[in-house]
Amino acid sequence: MSADVSSRSSRAAVAFAVPLFLALPVGVGLIGVVLPAFGYLPALGGDAFSLKPFRHLFAQPGLAASALLSHASGLVTTAISTLGVALFLAAFHGTAVERIARRALAPLLAVPHAAAAFGLAFLIAPSGLIFRLLAAPFDLDRPPDLLIIGDPFGLAMMAGLIAKEMPFLLLVAFAALPQADPRRRMQLAASLGYGRMAGFLHTVWPGVYRQIRLPVLAVAAYASGVVDVALILGPSLPAPLAVRLVSWMNDPDLSLRFMASAGALLQLAITGLVLLLWFVGERLVGRIRRSVGAGGWRLSGDGALRAASCIPVALSGGAIFFGLFWLLLWSVAGFWAFPAILPPSVSLQTWGRALESAGGPLATTFLVAILSASAALVLVVVLLEARRRQFRASAARAVRLSSVMAGLIYLPLIVPQIAFIFGLQVTILALGLTPSLLLLSAVHLVFVAPYVALALADPWFAVDPRYDQVAASLGHGSLKTLFRIRLPILTHAVLTALAIGFATSVGQYLPTVLIGAGRLPTITTEAVALASGGNRRVIGAYALLQTLLPFLAFTLSGTLPRLLSGRRLAMKRR
Amino acid sequence: MVQIRVAAMAVAASVMIAGAARADQAPDPAWQTVLDEAKGETVYFDAWGGSQNINDYIDWVGDEVSKRFGVTLKHVKLDDTAAAVSTVVAEKAAGKNDGGSIDLIWINGENFAAMQEQGLLAKGFATDLANWRYVDTKNPSVTVDFTLPTKGQESPWGGAKLVFFSDTARSGPVDAMPKSADELLAWAKAHPGRFSYPAPPDFIGSSFLKQVLIEKVADPAVLQKPVDEASFETVTKPLWDWLDAIQPVLWRSGRDHPQNYPAMKQLLADGELDIIFAFNPAEASSGIAAGELPDTVRSFVFSTGTLGNTHFVAIPYNSSAKAAAKVVANFLISPEAQLRKEDPRYWGDPTVLAMDTLPQEDRDAFAEIDRGIATLPPSKLGPVLAEPHPSWMNRIEEEWKKRYGG
Repeated sequence: MSADVSSRSSRAAVAFAVPLFLALPVGVGLIGVVLPAFGYLPALGGDAFSLKPFRHLFAQPGLAASALLSHASGLVTTAISTLGVALFLAAFHGTAVERIARRALAPLLAVPHAAAAFGLAFLIAPSGLIFRLLAAPFDLDRPPDLLIIGDPFGLAMMAGLIAKEMPFLLLVAFAALPQADPRRRMQLAASLGYGRMAGFLHTVWPGVYRQIRLPVLAVAAYASGVVDVALILGPSLPAPLAVRLVSWMNDPDLSLRFMASAGALLQLAITGLVLLLWFVGERLVGRIRRSVGAGGWRLSGDGALRAASCIPVALSGGAIFFGLFWLLLWSVAGFWAFPAILPPSVSLQTWGRALESAGGPLATTFLVAILSASAALVLVVVLLEARRRQFRASAARAVRLSSVMAGLIYLPLIVPQIAFIFGLQVTILALGLTPSLLLLSAVHLVFVAPYVALALADPWFAVDPRYDQVAASLGHGSLKTLFRIRLPILTHAVLTALAIGFATSVGQYLPTVLIGAGRLPTITTEAVALASGGNRRVIGAYALLQTLLPFLAFTLSGTLPRLLSGRRLAMKRR
Repeated sequence: MVQIRVAAMAVAASVMIAGAARADQAPDPAWQTVLDEAKGETVYFDAWGGSQNINDYIDWVGDEVSKRFGVTLKHVKLDDTAAAVSTVVAEKAAGKNDGGSIDLIWINGENFAAMQEQGLLAKGFATDLANWRYVDTKNPSVTVDFTLPTKGQESPWGGAKLVFFSDTARSGPVDAMPKSADELLAWAKAHPGRFSYPAPPDFIGSSFLKQVLIEKVADPAVLQKPVDEASFETVTKPLWDWLDAIQPVLWRSGRDHPQNYPAMKQLLADGELDIIFAFNPAEASSGIAAGELPDTVRSFVFSTGTLGNTHFVAIPYNSSAKAAAKVVANFLISPEAQLRKEDPRYWGDPTVLAMDTLPQEDRDAFAEIDRGIATLPPSKLGPVLAEPHPSWMNRIEEEWKKRYGG
């Protein structure tokens, strides 16, 4: 009995050690920002604490507008993306449209945010595809002088974020659906006379939402602190706070770093407020849903609404697909003037040069991504398994990560990177660590692990505990059960988590440049450096190269389980 | 073993003879010490990586210094020089006063001023470089960077001069284009939505504001001294009047600005902007060669002169390969490297060498460079206006953000 208690408490220790380990770098990095935010950074002559950096910050012109933009971007992006997902599932769950969406949207996860943003910009800019198509009927020989990209309300930026986040949330929701028991619930709702959409939203959606809630919060945090998409599509006068933070951090006037640190804390507060308001919104929506439910409005004739419900998802998927195609066209174009719809001359010169120099960075990218994603997977499995075993088997269905654990794991997603990466850099230097593949992989691990946990936690806890019980009753130890039963059952989920982790590592820019001291160029650092030259051909080629590795990872994670499970016929349905 | 050594000596001797034949003298002993120390070292060179041409040029430099001096050069590609400054700051904050990760930085102006002021640069080395004797020291911007004496803490690499471009197919011949800030304002009013400038603190945008300020200010001499807060408003008033006047007729009615020079280049190609400007006179020609600009683009300058400056390479105070960094800096100002750099097939950046110091054959080679159809020859680039003290840039950027940035 006492042995049982002690092993349970050691499991509790493991279950806390992993999140602590992952949150530690963020905490250390934050200290490196809090000190300069209050005036302390001796390397730049800040020897005393003061509130001057904050005063300086609040005196910046347009600061309120910047803060408001970041705030609105976080809330609006998340709300529209979530709503789009809910409507789409409600209208098309269990239909052929859903199956098509599943197939077609999965590759979109591989597209980096910046590439998607460039693609969208190439579509909707006054010199982009849409206006080129309109040029002939409206007799335009020049692009119209319209403020579409970089509009002051950040609509283009939010559109870019939504186009990328809605497919992400939809795919996460697909994975969560089976556990919400949709078929029986929908039958029950239908038998009570509810229309398809109303039935889904009342009975199935709340269960789905509970499971995708963390990814939704991650989207909210990301959208309120995004830099690359905001630089490409967002307003500039003033820009969202995160963009201005980066420019302050990068200002030749080094004294601005104090103010930038204060700004990083403000950014943190804004992200916090976005999450807080989201929580309030969740309650409000829940209350409205219950009162509508009590009203008994059944919306049995929902044909038109159903048809309309595919628009948001179709638009965002289409925007990214067409955007990528347009990037591909630019990457091979010669001089290509407005309003020609296709490039008049084609050349492979850009690709030739890109491929010549991309080999090394691609190899580094691959190594770091596979190392950090595998390490993250091991850590997350240890964490989830330790957490699961803290509970009795009978309570297995109720197992979740505690909110403290979840908070610690997801800290790197919620704290804006720019806010702690400089402090982390100083700490790593002070420890005397030199840039290496391993160090870089370890830093990537901090950002990769939350996504792996995000992808794996729910499927992990949802596996019927009776499988483990049967294995145990046959005398198998817990390790053997893990490797012979649980992991094979979860092959698909594990590989998907690995692929998501892989893609996350590939996309890291700031940590790679700063922690790698530029000595470990990856395809992303090369792409960002070259994008600063503004050549659309080069941007196109590198955006596609950047998509390549994650795309392969997602393709493999989708096809491998089918190959592996050939011998396990009974599991094919999973 | 003996054979290898003999062979190595023969190679070394032939290299030395070749070098001596060019320079007409043996390397001086102090410089030879640097060369010896540099052998086998690796130089991490932090430089903007946004141009394939420039990246290829740096690759070539790497091949050459490796062959000739046994120095390995690694180009750390940056999207912004500030990342390098940031790294050195972080290293200093962490007390890493030697063995730093950066050995050479491509730098000038405000970034140099900031690093020099914070003591982040190695002590002066430029005038001790073997090839310093070729440098055009009569050009003040080679030793004075934005009014600050370089104290040899950075070695010149290339020249820059503000040049305007337009597409003659859309806007007509360049002779009819504006030749001063006032004419530009009149032109913009006649062609609303066809001109803009990058929002400060982008350095091309800030440079444009300085150009207008120098033209409009009552006494340009005050700009060579640090900003005097008491007179700042009166001194800069003509600049703000000019900007207020042009604001409503700017591209997007001034509600947005291009992000930087590359963005302006794309907008010229798309036909959204009619006049753009750059700091490298060869930009238009290389843009045409890369298929980024139509082949009808041509260059022009303001008749009373345009802003000019020099860009440099500097060594951080904590570099672990200072000798090798000096060897690279020295190679960058060799006639051979400068010649290739001025050739628009490779880069097209104006040299910092003085023609009259060069051997005749090098002088001829520079004269024979085909600068490309859209590049003005050095003789037609017009007078050079000197950069104001860096404090002006900071104050003007601040003031600009207050007026137009909210």
